[in-house]
Amino acid sequence: MSMKRCVATAVVLALIGLSGCSNVEPWVKPYERDRLADPIMFFDRDPVSSAYTHHVYEAREGARGGLGSSGGGCGCN
Amino acid sequence: MARTFLCLMALATLSWLSCGHAAVLPEDRADALYHRYDGGGVTIDGPSLLVRKQVAKNVSVAANYYVDSISSASIDVVTTASAYSEKRTEMSVGADYLYNSTIFSTGYKNSDESDYTANSAYFGVSQDLFGALTNISMSYARGWDDVSRTGDSEFSEDVERHSYRLGISQILTRNLLMGMTLETITDEGFLNNPYRSVRYLDPDSERGYSYQAEIYPNTRTSTAVSVRGRYRLPYRAALHSEYRFFDDTWGIAAHTGELGYTQPVWGRWMLDLSYRYYTQTAADFYSDLFSREDAQNYMARDKELSDFDSHTLGIGVSYEILPEGWRFFEKGNLSVRYNYIYFDYENFRDLRDDGNAPGTEPLYNFSANVVQFFFSVWF
Repeated sequence: MSMKRCVATAVVLALIGLSGCSNVEPWVKPYERDRLADPIMFFDRDPVSSAYTHHVYEAREGARGGLGSSGGGCGCN
Repeated sequence: MARTFLCLMALATLSWLSCGHAAVLPEDRADALYHRYDGGGVTIDGPSLLVRKQVAKNVSVAANYYVDSISSASIDVVTTASAYSEKRTEMSVGADYLYNSTIFSTGYKNSDESDYTANSAYFGVSQDLFGALTNISMSYARGWDDVSRTGDSEFSEDVERHSYRLGISQILTRNLLMGMTLETITDEGFLNNPYRSVRYLDPDSERGYSYQAEIYPNTRTSTAVSVRGRYRLPYRAALHSEYRFFDDTWGIAAHTGELGYTQPVWGRWMLDLSYRYYTQTAADFYSDLFSREDAQNYMARDKELSDFDSHTLGIGVSYEILPEGWRFFEKGNLSVRYNYIYFDYENFRDLRDDGNAPGTEPLYNFSANVVQFFFSVWF
Protein backbone atom coordinates (compact mmCIF):
# COMPACT_ATOMS: atom_id res chain seq x y z
CA MET A 1 0.00 0.00 0.00
CA SER A 2 2.70 2.43 0.99
CA MET A 3 4.54 1.56 -2.24
CA LYS A 4 1.46 2.47 -4.28
CA ARG A 5 1.24 5.74 -2.39
CA CYS A 6 4.90 6.34 -3.14
CA VAL A 7 4.42 5.72 -6.87
CA ALA A 8 1.28 7.89 -6.97
CA THR A 9 3.20 10.75 -5.37
CA ALA A 10 6.01 10.31 -7.91
CA VAL A 11 3.48 10.61 -10.75
CA VAL A 12 2.00 13.74 -9.19
CA LEU A 13 5.50 15.23 -8.84
CA ALA A 14 6.23 14.47 -12.51
CA LEU A 15 2.97 16.20 -13.50
CA ILE A 16 3.78 19.17 -11.29
CA GLY A 17 7.15 19.22 -13.04
CA LEU A 18 5.42 19.44 -16.43
CA SER A 19 3.05 22.14 -15.24
CA GLY A 20 6.02 23.97 -13.71
CA CYS A 21 7.18 24.74 -17.25
CA SER A 22 4.14 26.92 -17.76
CA ASN A 23 4.59 30.59 -17.00
CA VAL A 24 3.39 30.76 -13.40
CA GLU A 25 3.81 34.19 -11.84
CA PRO A 26 5.55 33.80 -8.44
CA TRP A 27 3.47 35.46 -5.75
CA VAL A 28 6.60 36.15 -3.67
CA LYS A 29 8.94 37.99 -6.05
CA PRO A 30 12.71 37.32 -5.96
CA TYR A 31 13.33 40.83 -4.58
CA GLU A 32 10.88 40.09 -1.73
CA ARG A 33 12.91 37.10 -0.46
CA ASP A 34 15.56 38.94 1.52
CA ARG A 35 14.23 37.65 4.85
CA LEU A 36 14.11 34.08 3.54
CA ALA A 37 17.75 34.36 2.39
CA ASP A 38 18.90 34.93 5.99
CA PRO A 39 20.75 31.81 7.32
CA ILE A 40 18.36 31.72 10.30
CA MET A 41 15.69 30.59 7.77
CA PHE A 42 17.67 27.62 6.38
CA PHE A 43 16.01 24.24 7.00
CA ASP A 44 19.46 22.68 7.42
CA ARG A 45 21.89 25.40 8.54
CA ASP A 46 24.66 23.03 9.68
CA PRO A 47 24.49 19.69 7.78
CA VAL A 48 27.34 18.11 9.79
CA SER A 49 25.41 18.71 13.01
CA SER A 50 21.96 17.70 11.77
CA ALA A 51 23.33 14.45 10.27
CA TYR A 52 24.80 13.55 13.67
CA THR A 53 21.60 14.47 15.52
CA HIS A 54 19.48 12.29 13.19
CA HIS A 55 21.93 9.42 13.74
CA VAL A 56 21.55 9.75 17.54
CA TYR A 57 17.77 9.43 17.26
CA GLU A 58 17.69 6.68 14.62
CA ALA A 59 19.99 4.48 16.72
CA ARG A 60 17.58 4.63 19.68
CA GLU A 61 14.12 4.81 18.13
CA GLY A 62 12.00 2.39 16.12
CA ALA A 63 11.09 5.10 13.59
CA ARG A 64 13.40 6.00 10.73
CA GLY A 65 13.52 8.22 7.65
CA GLY A 66 11.47 11.19 6.56
CA LEU A 67 13.33 13.75 8.63
CA GLY A 68 15.55 16.56 7.54
CA SER A 69 15.54 18.96 4.71
CA SER A 70 13.59 18.10 1.60
CA GLY A 71 16.09 19.98 -0.50
CA GLY A 72 16.01 23.32 -2.14
CA GLY A 73 16.38 26.67 -0.50
CA CYS A 74 14.62 29.95 -0.68
CA GLY A 75 15.24 30.57 -4.38
CA CYS A 76 16.86 33.87 -3.44
CA ASN A 77 19.73 33.73 -5.93
CA MET B 1 9.56 -1.51 -7.41
CA ALA B 2 12.99 0.08 -7.62
CA ARG B 3 12.80 -0.01 -11.44
CA THR B 4 9.36 1.64 -11.43
CA PHE B 5 10.56 4.35 -9.10
CA LEU B 6 13.67 5.01 -11.19
CA CYS B 7 11.53 5.21 -14.37
CA LEU B 8 9.34 7.80 -12.65
CA MET B 9 12.42 9.72 -11.54
CA ALA B 10 13.56 9.75 -15.16
CA LEU B 11 10.09 10.92 -16.31
CA ALA B 12 10.03 13.70 -13.74
CA THR B 13 13.58 14.70 -14.71
CA LEU B 14 12.70 14.87 -18.40
CA SER B 15 9.70 17.03 -17.57
CA TRP B 16 11.89 19.36 -15.49
CA LEU B 17 14.85 19.66 -17.86
CA SER B 18 13.00 21.94 -20.23
CA CYS B 19 12.10 24.39 -17.45
CA GLY B 20 14.23 27.49 -17.26
CA HIS B 21 14.36 28.52 -13.59
CA ALA B 22 17.74 28.91 -11.93
CA ALA B 23 18.98 26.46 -9.34
CA VAL B 24 22.16 26.74 -7.28
CA LEU B 25 24.74 24.28 -6.00
CA PRO B 26 25.36 24.00 -2.23
CA GLU B 27 27.87 26.38 -0.63
CA ASP B 28 31.61 25.57 -0.43
CA ARG B 29 32.21 24.81 3.21
CA ALA B 30 34.23 22.66 5.63
CA ASP B 31 33.18 21.51 9.12
CA ALA B 32 35.14 19.76 11.87
CA LEU B 33 32.89 18.38 14.61
CA TYR B 34 33.49 16.55 17.87
CA HIS B 35 30.48 14.65 19.23
CA ARG B 36 29.87 12.92 22.55
CA TYR B 37 26.83 10.91 23.69
CA ASP B 38 26.65 9.79 27.33
CA GLY B 39 23.59 7.98 28.66
CA GLY B 40 22.23 4.66 29.89
CA GLY B 41 25.73 3.29 30.53
CA VAL B 42 26.85 4.01 26.96
CA THR B 43 29.47 6.55 25.94
CA ILE B 44 30.05 7.28 22.25
CA ASP B 45 32.33 9.99 20.97
CA GLY B 46 34.44 10.86 17.95
CA PRO B 47 35.00 13.30 15.11
CA SER B 48 33.08 14.13 11.96
CA LEU B 49 34.78 16.01 9.12
CA LEU B 50 32.72 17.29 6.21
CA VAL B 51 34.09 19.16 3.20
CA ARG B 52 32.10 20.42 0.24
CA LYS B 53 33.67 22.18 -2.75
CA GLN B 54 32.62 23.28 -6.19
CA VAL B 55 35.18 21.75 -8.57
CA ALA B 56 33.81 22.87 -11.93
CA LYS B 57 31.24 25.39 -13.12
CA ASN B 58 28.39 22.94 -12.58
CA VAL B 59 29.83 20.31 -10.21
CA SER B 60 30.12 20.27 -6.43
CA VAL B 61 31.64 17.36 -4.50
CA ALA B 62 31.47 16.45 -0.81
CA ALA B 63 33.25 14.00 1.48
CA ASN B 64 32.56 13.03 5.09
CA TYR B 65 34.68 11.07 7.57
CA TYR B 66 32.90 10.06 10.77
CA VAL B 67 33.89 7.93 13.78
CA ASP B 68 31.91 6.48 16.70
CA SER B 69 34.14 5.22 19.55
CA ILE B 70 31.75 3.17 21.66
CA SER B 71 32.11 2.07 25.27
CA SER B 72 28.99 0.17 26.29
CA ALA B 73 27.69 -1.07 29.62
CA SER B 74 24.04 -0.53 28.66
CA ILE B 75 21.22 -2.22 30.55
CA ASP B 76 21.09 -5.02 27.91
CA VAL B 77 24.83 -5.56 28.25
CA VAL B 78 24.79 -5.45 32.07
CA THR B 79 21.93 -7.96 32.39
CA THR B 80 22.80 -10.46 29.63
CA ALA B 81 26.44 -9.95 28.52
CA SER B 82 29.70 -8.15 29.31
CA ALA B 83 30.71 -4.52 28.80
CA TYR B 84 32.53 -3.93 25.51
CA SER B 85 34.29 -1.27 23.46
CA GLU B 86 34.34 -0.90 19.70
CA LYS B 87 34.83 1.58 16.92
CA ARG B 88 32.68 2.36 13.89
CA THR B 89 34.14 4.29 10.98
CA GLU B 90 31.97 5.80 8.27
CA MET B 91 33.15 7.40 5.05
CA SER B 92 30.99 8.94 2.35
CA VAL B 93 31.49 10.80 -0.90
CA GLY B 94 28.93 12.57 -3.02
CA ALA B 95 28.61 14.82 -6.05
CA ASP B 96 26.00 17.28 -7.32
CA TYR B 97 25.70 18.25 -10.97
CA LEU B 98 23.75 21.32 -12.01
CA TYR B 99 22.20 21.11 -15.48
CA ASN B 100 20.00 24.07 -16.40
CA SER B 101 17.46 24.07 -13.60
CA THR B 102 18.01 20.55 -12.31
CA ILE B 103 20.47 19.24 -9.73
CA PHE B 104 21.47 15.59 -10.02
CA SER B 105 23.01 14.10 -6.89
CA THR B 106 24.80 10.84 -6.35
CA GLY B 107 26.87 9.35 -3.56
CA TYR B 108 28.32 6.33 -1.84
CA LYS B 109 28.72 5.53 1.86
CA ASN B 110 30.62 2.81 3.74
CA SER B 111 30.30 2.08 7.45
CA ASP B 112 32.61 -0.43 9.05
CA GLU B 113 32.89 -2.00 12.50
CA SER B 114 34.31 -5.30 13.70
CA ASP B 115 31.06 -7.27 13.21
CA TYR B 116 29.01 -5.15 10.79
CA THR B 117 29.71 -3.58 7.39
CA ALA B 118 27.19 -1.40 5.58
CA ASN B 119 27.48 0.02 2.07
CA SER B 120 24.95 2.24 0.33
CA ALA B 121 24.64 4.26 -2.85
CA TYR B 122 22.06 6.87 -3.79
CA PHE B 123 20.87 8.90 -6.75
CA GLY B 124 18.58 11.91 -6.61
CA VAL B 125 17.21 14.80 -8.65
CA SER B 126 15.85 18.14 -7.47
CA GLN B 127 14.24 21.01 -9.32
CA ASP B 128 13.10 24.56 -8.61
CA LEU B 129 9.71 25.40 -10.11
CA PHE B 130 7.27 28.31 -10.39
CA GLY B 131 9.89 31.04 -10.23
CA ALA B 132 11.75 29.09 -7.54
CA LEU B 133 8.79 29.24 -5.17
CA THR B 134 8.71 25.45 -5.14
CA ASN B 135 11.42 22.81 -5.01
CA ILE B 136 10.73 19.14 -5.71
CA SER B 137 13.20 16.35 -5.05
CA MET B 138 13.24 12.57 -5.50
CA SER B 139 15.91 10.09 -4.50
CA TYR B 140 16.55 6.38 -4.43
CA ALA B 141 19.13 4.64 -2.24
CA ARG B 142 20.21 1.04 -2.07
CA GLY B 143 22.14 -0.56 0.77
CA TRP B 144 24.02 -3.81 1.30
CA ASP B 145 24.99 -4.89 4.83
CA ASP B 146 27.16 -7.81 5.98
CA VAL B 147 26.42 -9.03 9.50
CA SER B 148 28.88 -11.17 11.47
CA ARG B 149 29.21 -12.23 15.11
CA THR B 150 32.34 -11.81 17.22
CA GLY B 151 33.76 -15.17 18.26
CA ASP B 152 31.69 -17.11 15.70
CA SER B 153 33.48 -17.36 12.37
CA GLU B 154 30.66 -19.53 10.97
CA PHE B 155 28.07 -16.75 11.35
CA SER B 156 27.58 -14.64 8.23
CA GLU B 157 24.33 -12.95 7.20
CA ASP B 158 23.35 -10.06 4.97
CA VAL B 159 20.73 -7.37 4.57
CA GLU B 160 19.51 -5.55 1.47
CA ARG B 161 17.87 -2.14 1.80
CA HIS B 162 15.95 0.14 -0.58
CA SER B 163 14.88 3.69 0.21
CA TYR B 164 12.53 5.88 -1.87
CA ARG B 165 12.30 9.52 -0.89
CA LEU B 166 10.13 12.35 -2.25
CA GLY B 167 10.32 15.91 -1.01
CA ILE B 168 8.76 19.27 -1.68
CA SER B 169 9.61 22.64 -0.19
CA GLN B 170 7.53 25.73 -0.78
CA ILE B 171 7.78 29.46 -0.17
CA LEU B 172 4.33 30.43 1.10
CA THR B 173 4.86 34.07 2.05
CA ARG B 174 7.74 36.54 2.46
CA ASN B 175 8.21 35.08 5.96
CA LEU B 176 7.13 31.44 5.75
CA LEU B 177 8.74 28.32 4.25
CA MET B 178 7.16 24.86 4.35
CA GLY B 179 8.53 21.43 3.48
CA MET B 180 7.15 17.92 3.20
CA THR B 181 8.91 14.56 2.87
CA LEU B 182 7.65 11.06 2.17
CA GLU B 183 10.11 8.20 2.61
CA THR B 184 9.56 4.46 2.24
CA ILE B 185 12.30 2.04 3.27
CA THR B 186 12.31 -1.72 2.73
CA ASP B 187 14.76 -4.15 4.32
CA GLU B 188 15.29 -7.83 3.64
CA GLY B 189 17.71 -10.16 5.40
CA PHE B 190 19.02 -10.67 8.93
CA LEU B 191 17.44 -7.76 10.80
CA ASN B 192 17.95 -8.66 14.45
CA ASN B 193 20.94 -8.15 16.68
CA PRO B 194 22.91 -11.45 16.79
CA TYR B 195 23.80 -10.93 20.47
CA ARG B 196 20.46 -9.87 21.97
CA SER B 197 18.14 -12.23 23.87
CA VAL B 198 14.49 -12.33 24.89
CA ARG B 199 13.44 -13.60 28.32
CA TYR B 200 10.66 -16.03 29.11
CA LEU B 201 9.07 -17.42 32.27
CA ASP B 202 10.93 -20.49 33.47
CA PRO B 203 9.82 -22.07 36.77
CA ASP B 204 12.96 -24.22 36.75
CA SER B 205 15.20 -21.18 36.93
CA GLU B 206 16.11 -19.74 40.34
CA ARG B 207 15.17 -16.19 39.31
CA GLY B 208 11.96 -17.34 37.57
CA TYR B 209 13.00 -16.62 33.98
CA SER B 210 15.57 -17.65 31.35
CA TYR B 211 16.86 -16.22 28.06
CA GLN B 212 16.86 -17.37 24.43
CA ALA B 213 18.05 -15.68 21.23
CA GLU B 214 15.64 -13.17 19.73
CA ILE B 215 14.09 -13.90 16.31
CA TYR B 216 12.90 -11.13 13.96
CA PRO B 217 11.04 -11.33 10.64
CA ASN B 218 13.47 -11.07 7.71
CA THR B 219 11.56 -8.29 5.98
CA ARG B 220 10.45 -4.83 7.08
CA THR B 221 8.82 -1.96 5.19
CA SER B 222 8.31 1.45 6.76
CA THR B 223 6.81 4.74 5.65
CA ALA B 224 7.47 8.13 7.18
CA VAL B 225 5.68 11.36 6.27
CA SER B 226 6.87 14.65 7.68
CA VAL B 227 5.92 18.28 7.37
CA ARG B 228 8.02 21.20 8.56
CA GLY B 229 7.80 24.96 8.60
CA ARG B 230 10.08 27.90 9.27
CA TYR B 231 8.67 31.33 10.07
CA ARG B 232 10.61 34.57 10.14
CA LEU B 233 9.40 36.79 12.99
CA PRO B 234 8.91 40.57 12.54
CA TYR B 235 12.29 41.10 14.24
CA ARG B 236 15.38 39.06 13.19
CA ALA B 237 14.50 35.67 14.65
CA ALA B 238 12.92 32.45 13.38
CA LEU B 239 10.50 29.85 14.70
CA HIS B 240 10.52 26.33 13.30
CA SER B 241 8.39 23.25 13.77
CA GLU B 242 8.34 19.71 12.41
CA TYR B 243 5.95 16.79 12.68
CA ARG B 244 6.52 13.23 11.46
CA PHE B 245 4.21 10.23 11.35
CA PHE B 246 5.84 6.82 11.02
CA ASP B 247 4.33 3.39 10.43
CA ASP B 248 5.85 -0.01 9.59
CA THR B 249 4.97 -3.64 8.89
CA TRP B 250 6.26 -4.67 12.34
CA GLY B 251 3.40 -2.78 14.02
CA ILE B 252 5.40 0.23 15.18
CA ALA B 253 3.61 3.57 14.83
CA ALA B 254 5.42 6.72 15.95
CA HIS B 255 4.81 10.45 16.20
CA THR B 256 7.61 13.00 16.38
CA GLY B 257 7.09 16.71 17.05
CA GLU B 258 9.67 19.47 17.35
CA LEU B 259 9.54 23.19 18.06
CA GLY B 260 12.51 25.53 17.89
CA TYR B 261 13.53 29.17 18.06
CA THR B 262 16.59 30.86 16.54
CA GLN B 263 17.73 34.29 17.74
CA PRO B 264 20.84 36.21 16.62
CA VAL B 265 22.23 38.23 19.54
CA TRP B 266 24.98 40.83 20.05
CA GLY B 267 25.85 40.93 16.34
CA ARG B 268 28.05 37.85 16.02
CA TRP B 269 26.26 35.35 18.26
CA MET B 270 23.39 32.99 17.37
CA LEU B 271 21.23 31.21 19.91
CA ASP B 272 19.09 28.11 19.14
CA LEU B 273 16.52 26.59 21.51
CA SER B 274 14.46 23.48 20.79
CA TYR B 275 12.12 20.91 22.27
CA ARG B 276 11.39 17.51 20.67
CA TYR B 277 8.81 14.92 21.67
CA TYR B 278 8.81 11.34 20.38
CA THR B 279 6.40 8.49 21.11
CA GLN B 280 6.03 5.01 19.60
CA THR B 281 3.99 1.84 20.00
CA ALA B 282 5.74 -1.52 20.36
CA ALA B 283 6.40 -4.00 17.56
CA ASP B 284 3.79 -6.80 17.37
CA PHE B 285 6.39 -9.40 18.38
CA TYR B 286 7.89 -7.42 21.28
CA SER B 287 7.47 -8.55 24.88
CA ASP B 288 9.44 -7.82 28.02
CA LEU B 289 8.63 -11.35 29.28
CA PHE B 290 7.33 -14.16 27.09
CA SER B 291 5.09 -16.79 28.68
CA ARG B 292 7.36 -19.73 27.75
CA GLU B 293 10.33 -20.75 25.62
CA ASP B 294 9.64 -20.47 21.85
CA ALA B 295 6.33 -18.78 22.66
CA GLN B 296 6.05 -17.23 19.14
CA ASN B 297 7.60 -17.44 15.69
CA TYR B 298 9.09 -13.96 16.12
CA MET B 299 10.25 -12.59 19.46
CA ALA B 300 12.06 -9.39 20.45
CA ARG B 301 13.07 -7.71 23.69
CA ASP B 302 14.89 -4.77 22.17
CA LYS B 303 13.85 -1.62 24.05
CA GLU B 304 13.93 0.31 20.76
CA LEU B 305 10.95 -1.85 19.68
CA SER B 306 8.99 -1.31 22.94
CA ASP B 307 6.36 1.30 23.87
CA PHE B 308 8.20 4.43 24.94
CA ASP B 309 8.33 8.23 24.91
CA SER B 310 11.28 10.57 24.81
CA HIS B 311 11.71 14.28 25.46
CA THR B 312 14.66 16.33 24.19
CA LEU B 313 15.63 19.82 25.28
CA GLY B 314 18.26 21.46 23.09
CA ILE B 315 20.36 24.61 23.25
CA GLY B 316 22.95 25.77 20.75
CA VAL B 317 25.25 28.77 20.54
CA SER B 318 27.28 29.86 17.49
CA TYR B 319 29.86 32.62 17.29
CA GLU B 320 31.01 34.15 14.01
CA ILE B 321 34.80 34.31 14.22
CA LEU B 322 35.64 35.67 10.78
CA PRO B 323 32.95 38.24 9.95
CA GLU B 324 35.24 40.02 7.46
CA GLY B 325 36.78 36.81 6.11
CA TRP B 326 40.48 35.90 6.15
CA ARG B 327 42.66 35.03 3.15
CA PHE B 328 40.50 32.73 1.02
CA PHE B 329 37.96 32.09 3.82
CA GLU B 330 34.75 34.07 3.48
CA LYS B 331 33.61 33.51 7.06
CA GLY B 332 33.91 31.10 9.97
CA ASN B 333 31.79 29.93 12.91
CA LEU B 334 32.44 28.21 16.22
CA SER B 335 29.40 26.34 17.55
CA VAL B 336 28.42 24.27 20.54
CA ARG B 337 25.17 22.31 20.90
CA TYR B 338 23.82 20.45 23.90
CA ASN B 339 20.80 18.10 23.96
CA TYR B 340 19.33 16.55 27.07
CA ILE B 341 17.22 13.47 26.19
CA TYR B 342 14.97 11.61 28.61
CA PHE B 343 13.71 8.13 27.60
CA ASP B 344 10.76 6.65 29.48
CA TYR B 345 9.87 3.00 28.72
CA GLU B 346 6.34 1.68 29.29
CA ASN B 347 6.94 -2.07 28.89
CA PHE B 348 10.67 -2.59 29.24
CA ARG B 349 11.68 -3.50 32.78
CA ASP B 350 14.87 -2.84 34.71
CA LEU B 351 16.28 -6.26 35.73
CA ARG B 352 19.33 -4.99 37.62
CA ASP B 353 17.64 -5.56 40.98
CA ASP B 354 17.03 -9.30 41.58
CA GLY B 355 14.54 -8.83 44.42
CA ASN B 356 11.35 -8.68 42.29
CA ALA B 357 9.09 -11.40 40.91
CA PRO B 358 9.37 -11.75 37.09
CA GLY B 359 7.19 -9.13 35.42
CA THR B 360 7.00 -6.83 38.46
CA GLU B 361 10.44 -5.19 38.16
CA PRO B 362 10.45 -1.38 37.91
CA LEU B 363 10.04 0.08 34.41
CA TYR B 364 13.27 1.38 32.88
CA ASN B 365 14.12 5.00 32.11
CA PHE B 366 17.33 6.89 31.52
CA SER B 367 18.63 10.26 30.40
CA ALA B 368 21.40 11.10 27.96
CA ASN B 369 23.63 14.14 27.48
CA VAL B 370 24.61 14.83 23.88
CA VAL B 371 27.26 17.46 23.13
CA GLN B 372 28.61 18.72 19.81
CA PHE B 373 31.45 21.22 19.26
CA PHE B 374 32.14 22.26 15.70
CA PHE B 375 34.16 24.69 13.65
CA SER B 376 32.90 25.73 10.20
CA VAL B 377 34.51 27.76 7.43
CA TRP B 378 33.10 28.94 4.12
CA PHE B 379 35.44 29.55 1.21
